[in-house]
Amino acid sequence: MADREKDAHSGVETTGHEWDGIKELDNPLPRWWLILFYICIAVAVVYWVLMPAWPTLNGYTHGILNQSDRANVAKDMKDLAVKRGHQGVILEKASLEQIEQDPNLQAYAMASGQAVFGDNCAPCHGAGGGGGKGYANLRDDVWLWGGGLADIQRTLTYGIRSGDPDARVSMMPSFGRDALLKPQQVDDLTEYVVALSHRKANPASVARAAPVFAEQCAACHGADGKGQQAVGAPNLTDADWLYGGDRKSIHDQIWFGRGGVMPAWRTRLTEAQIKAVTVYVHVNSGGSGVTAAPPTAPAADNTSVSDAAK
Amino acid sequence: MKLSHGIFERHSLILLIGIVIVVSIGGLVEIAPLFFIENTIEKVEGMRPYTPLELAGRDIYIREGCYLCHSQMIRPLKDEVERYGHYSLAAESMYDHPFQWGSKRLGPDLARVGGKYSDSWHKDHLINPRSVVPESIMPPYAFMAERPLDDHNIAAKMKALQVEGVPYTDEMIANAREDLAAQADPTADGRKLKAHYGDKVIRRDFDGNPDKVTEYDALIAYLQMLGTLVDFGKYHPERGDNNR
Amino acid sequence: MIAVLALSIVGMVWSLCAAAFADDAPFRIHAYVILGASILSSIACIGILGDGGPKGRADRYSDDVIRAGVYASLFWGVVGMLVGVVIACQLAWPTLFYFPGEGWLNFGRLRPVHTSGVVFAFGGNVLLATSFYVVQRTCRARMFGGIAPWFVFWGYQLFIVLAASGYVMGVTQGKEYAEPEWYTDLWLTIVWVMYLVVFLGTIWKRKEPHIYVANWFYLAFIVTIAVLHITNNLAVPIGPFSSKSYDVFAGVQDALTQWWYGHNAVGFFLTAAFLAIMYYFVPKRAERPIYSYRLSIVHFWALIFIYIWAGPHHLHYTALPQWAQTLGMTFSIMLWMPSWGGMINGLMTLSGAWDKLRTDPVLRMLFAAIGFYGMATFEGPVMSIREVNALSHYTDWTIGHVHSGALGWVGFISFGAIYCMVPWLWKKQRMYSNALIEWHFWIATLGILLYIAAMWVSGIQEGLMWREYTPQGFLAHTFVETVAAKHVEYVVRMVGGLLYLSGVLIMIFNVWRTIRGDAPAAVEPDKLAYPANAVAAE
Repeated sequence: MADREKDAHSGVETTGHEWDGIKELDNPLPRWWLILFYICIAVAVVYWVLMPAWPTLNGYTHGILNQSDRANVAKDMKDLAVKRGHQGVILEKASLEQIEQDPNLQAYAMASGQAVFGDNCAPCHGAGGGGGKGYANLRDDVWLWGGGLADIQRTLTYGIRSGDPDARVSMMPSFGRDALLKPQQVDDLTEYVVALSHRKANPASVARAAPVFAEQCAACHGADGKGQQAVGAPNLTDADWLYGGDRKSIHDQIWFGRGGVMPAWRTRLTEAQIKAVTVYVHVNSGGSGVTAAPPTAPAADNTSVSDAAK
Repeated sequence: MKLSHGIFERHSLILLIGIVIVVSIGGLVEIAPLFFIENTIEKVEGMRPYTPLELAGRDIYIREGCYLCHSQMIRPLKDEVERYGHYSLAAESMYDHPFQWGSKRLGPDLARVGGKYSDSWHKDHLINPRSVVPESIMPPYAFMAERPLDDHNIAAKMKALQVEGVPYTDEMIANAREDLAAQADPTADGRKLKAHYGDKVIRRDFDGNPDKVTEYDALIAYLQMLGTLVDFGKYHPERGDNNR
Repeated sequence: MIAVLALSIVGMVWSLCAAAFADDAPFRIHAYVILGASILSSIACIGILGDGGPKGRADRYSDDVIRAGVYASLFWGVVGMLVGVVIACQLAWPTLFYFPGEGWLNFGRLRPVHTSGVVFAFGGNVLLATSFYVVQRTCRARMFGGIAPWFVFWGYQLFIVLAASGYVMGVTQGKEYAEPEWYTDLWLTIVWVMYLVVFLGTIWKRKEPHIYVANWFYLAFIVTIAVLHITNNLAVPIGPFSSKSYDVFAGVQDALTQWWYGHNAVGFFLTAAFLAIMYYFVPKRAERPIYSYRLSIVHFWALIFIYIWAGPHHLHYTALPQWAQTLGMTFSIMLWMPSWGGMINGLMTLSGAWDKLRTDPVLRMLFAAIGFYGMATFEGPVMSIREVNALSHYTDWTIGHVHSGALGWVGFISFGAIYCMVPWLWKKQRMYSNALIEWHFWIATLGILLYIAAMWVSGIQEGLMWREYTPQGFLAHTFVETVAAKHVEYVVRMVGGLLYLSGVLIMIFNVWRTIRGDAPAAVEPDKLAYPANAVAAE
């Protein structure tokens, strides 16, 4: 082209076009740029040969390495089992008592249990197992369904009111909402329960509630209100309350009869994992729970109720 | 090169057509085969369309932008499989219009959250996430705890999905509101619901409030079925066309 | 003119019907918004017709719409970035910045306002303004289509209002960066086709024999965005007067369609189109010729061809078949050099003008933008490698990557273009204050560095924590521990965002003072008229 001029600064020719004062130099493609571009293309081609890459009419090229993410993860999980060593195998076979008594095995189960607990159990029971309103505290020695190793394992495996056929099931009726009792009776029962837990209560209410308690509540909570772990009925005489121990909370509980749900973990965790969590929970609670605790014997300190009932 | 390129620079229509051709190739080669390569979606047992209540819950999930923080896609990596469960299959989102795989985990993956926690935990957690998980950065959703579920257009929703190929029958659409109510009320007659969607459908009063069907009922019903449909007992991951 | 009036009247009738028969409250509200817009545009049309048709000298560039575009860019920029700061606060201090009684201020509803606000509202208006500016000057032709550019401008603002107000009301398709519902999408389609017609029409009218490289990029952006938008938003509404629709694709097919769209929204909206800005404003400001014409050609075609393939890298290790992931990764790697072609052409154009970087903060801003562009387009291919992505995916690393591109490249190149255009458009010698531009540059740069450093740290940290095993072979951290561990980074990120927003506020002050008349008036020839060698048209 005739009108091609040279750029004064670089000495390179322009292309002869101009747009609003903008010109273009006719520099060649930078060599390093071109070489890197070719290298990238070569890397891509090599990758296509090795890995699944191009779709075909009804399939795809599998690549000579025959790679598969899904096969790889299956292998990784096997490797993980190997890394965890023979203790992982023993854990599957050993009894819960054996695990807890063997220090090595216990340490192993605690480590495994902690990992599982953190992502699966902590959202409800808290990172430290301290629980919250509606979610049981796992660190004390108060257990609704028993705190022995076998109890915990069963609760974990099948859950509570989880819909699993072997789940632990009991139902606190909704005495108020379903009109099983009159509002006045619910108020009275609230006072009665307050009295059971050794606090000051309205004696008249307590007296009125005594026959109602005997008829409606004692079957599960016991005549003395100390509960029964076999049916998950809580002890009403202590200071431990799942749904709160103030009058309003107790009233709400009698009125609505809430029953917490714990999932059946056998659908999600392996048997070894459940064992590990069982040991983890048991040890952290102090290990005091005794399996299949019989209903506790009547104690002498329920004077306030008996006094009021006279 | 200059000479041959001049044609694009002098004729805007040729430039336009050139651009359209060049940008079309990649999309066609990548997307089109997903519709005809048979093993793209695994053969599994258990997949079914969402029940009306779950569908309404899923729409709330979309409305609130849950997908912006929660993925529904467990990758085949050992830590994810351990933390969240079996890696997700393409088949598990085959009725998902749109897909909700997500791209970011400000919160954990939800692909298999179904059955992991209790209904009441979900309720507590939605009302105020920090009441149960102190470190959580999730927004509170207390505003819809008591809000009645607006299900007046549930049949229209299912009709639109039917047009797009989701296997809803006309009978399912006709019974949509009845089925919806039956799933949130365990005392109602659930036989039709189970006949339409199978015996495994969960029927509960999800929000613990039997007086009305709320948005929580729908949302929790959806969350509680996530990742629970496929029967992995009958799935063979090692089979050639599944192993990819 | 008549067509716009007719459309406005159709809009009025339709929106009245829609308001009357609306199936849900958000749809009714949107119907009223559309009704208001139709009435306003009808009044405007009738007013103009009453005055004897559109004014404006045919021998001048139509720049009023560009000025409007500058205002809109600044306005939406502040809105989008402010929402970004708000949601960053929500993640850093969840107890303070959430309102349990109100759903519309929750993170899930505000995040699309932020992303669409900065990408489509701020970025989109910058692109409308600059493309109208550039295409007229490089074609030496007045904009095609009479008032059509105004229709595009106001139509686009209506789209933004419908989209953003929809998000806070919970109207969303549930697809990232494609959240607007079916009727908003249809409206955008009309506006976008009109945009293409206006742009192409102006090129047809050109008095230069060749089409300038910036216009190739703008054209590729407009056409490809149209294709992406239409395909990814195919949906079946549940009723003619309902705000709800269902995407026609499902599951794995939908996933790839979405990320084919999402990745190329980055590729064509945030890369190709902003490269067009670079190809005009950098040589203009530096007063140097473009470095290599041949590089322009090769990297243009390579970029638009390869970019389209890269979408599946957003779906590594998902249920998307692995062959598609391989293609996504390998094309992303091949994309590295075509992306850098633009960087080389931009940086080398400055050769011979390096000294100006010291004295001209606007040129420095353009230069820094190209630097961030080079960094982000290198980081992108690295993150597309499957093994790297296994760590980075789902983490804040991705957020950091996006922001190094968005704040560093898109933001700075936009600010640079605005600083160039404002004196040119309002006939001033220069901006009101160079010192304030310096402040803007340094505050924003500090903000970007804080932001991306915080996100790298938190992203890599959470990625490593998620996959960390104890020596015994058990997961070392719970998910929520990884959330708690990011608090400090989230605070730093918020500070970075706040600094960046402050920079924009300084720019707005500077622009306002410039326009108000505190900058010296231009003495050079009127840039609004055609250059002297222009062929006298009318």
